[in-house]
Amino acid sequence: MIQSFGLWSIPLLLHGLMWTVLLSLTTFVAGGLFGLLFALGRSIGPRWLKLLIAGYIQLVQATPLLILLFLSFYALPFMGWYFPPLAAAAISLTAYSTAFLADIWRGCIEAIPRTQWEAADALALSTTQKLRYVILPQAFRIARGPTVGFMVQIVKNTSVTALIGFVELTRAGQLLNSMTFQPFDVFLTVAALYFVVCYPLSLWSEKLKERRSAGSAH
Amino acid sequence: MAYDLNFGPVLAHAPDFAAGVRDTVVLSAQSIVLGLAVGLVVSIIRTSGPRWSRTLCAIYVEAIRNTPLLVQLFLFFFGLPYIGFRLQANTVAVIAVALNLGAYAGEIFRAGLLAIPKTQVEAGLALGLSRLQVLRYVVIVPALRIIYPALTGQLTLTLLGTSLVSSISANDLTLAGSKVVSQTFLSLETFIVLAPIYIVVTFVFRFLYWLAGLWLFRRRVPTGDAAASLSLPREVSEP
Repeated sequence: MIQSFGLWSIPLLLHGLMWTVLLSLTTFVAGGLFGLLFALGRSIGPRWLKLLIAGYIQLVQATPLLILLFLSFYALPFMGWYFPPLAAAAISLTAYSTAFLADIWRGCIEAIPRTQWEAADALALSTTQKLRYVILPQAFRIARGPTVGFMVQIVKNTSVTALIGFVELTRAGQLLNSMTFQPFDVFLTVAALYFVVCYPLSLWSEKLKERRSAGSAH
Repeated sequence: MAYDLNFGPVLAHAPDFAAGVRDTVVLSAQSIVLGLAVGLVVSIIRTSGPRWSRTLCAIYVEAIRNTPLLVQLFLFFFGLPYIGFRLQANTVAVIAVALNLGAYAGEIFRAGLLAIPKTQVEAGLALGLSRLQVLRYVVIVPALRIIYPALTGQLTLTLLGTSLVSSISANDLTLAGSKVVSQTFLSLETFIVLAPIYIVVTFVFRFLYWLAGLWLFRRRVPTGDAAASLSLPREVSEP
């Protein structure tokens, strides 16, 4: 039965939006955790680890997210368990975000002047102490802007999971479109909902970047 | 593992994959040329256009950058026929990807233009360079060098983003893979084959950007990986 797009459709889209937000948060937390480990390994680890992580980052950044998604979606069942699309979505998005966040954060760690490491050395701090008290707090300040900027990318990237049938905002829009045949109304509303989530994050990211360039005299 | 990977039937479709690579390369090249042109216009308007046109461009840039490419594709593909434009899927794909890139490239170009201090232009004119020479040697080439990693990083993201056009049935490498899946039912094997093909195509494109940089700047300028597009050129400080 063909229904027309109206107020009744909004809860359906909001339900999709809820999954978009949940998936984004999961991806950000998991990707952030692995990203931090990878960034540290890449900047202060032994040579073989650096090469391994650099290889991972380069390969993942040269593969479309959609292909990563299909790979995990089709590969996971071969492990012998049933995985819902949510698992494939979360795993591939995490693998993807890890590569990007590790790259961004490595840049931030390496942006800390050599002299800061040397000063920490001169104070006889251990490696953990150096990171904890000298390097990471400064790197964190630089990293905030680009990190929030990447959160926008994560939210937008979750839309790709619609293509393996995970019902987030975009998939909800597709379903609604096939019920109402009003693509303009449906997808403009979907786009507006994404905008409502992403735009504040973009503004925040810009603000953090400006503050950083205004405050960094060195 | 109870299942053995079976690549034979997939590899028998090698010509289909080759056609897919060709489609993806053509689609990307068209979108990149068109998108860079859009970006250039947007950046010039946003730095020196009249107020109303700046606002218009700012709305375009923010609308594109804060919504997913997939939704933009759906909006164009399903929406355009609805208001009377019947276009082929591949045409819609080029338009949508180019408009997407245009917004990002516009921001990157703008950052490059803003990075050239006005005093440099004045110095160039004082040295007796013509306006055209100033534009070329003092503004465009140095600005382009500053933004080169971010720009090439964005082009890489655009190339990878073209995989999404398969969802509106535009011909590309991913669609070629989907067709192979529907003929062989070997989904995992097909995507295991697709991933390295995309990686090779991406690195070939990046090598071309590197060569273009060598030619443009007469020296080695780093090209960016996809993440480089996120570190905005504003943060680049020229010595």
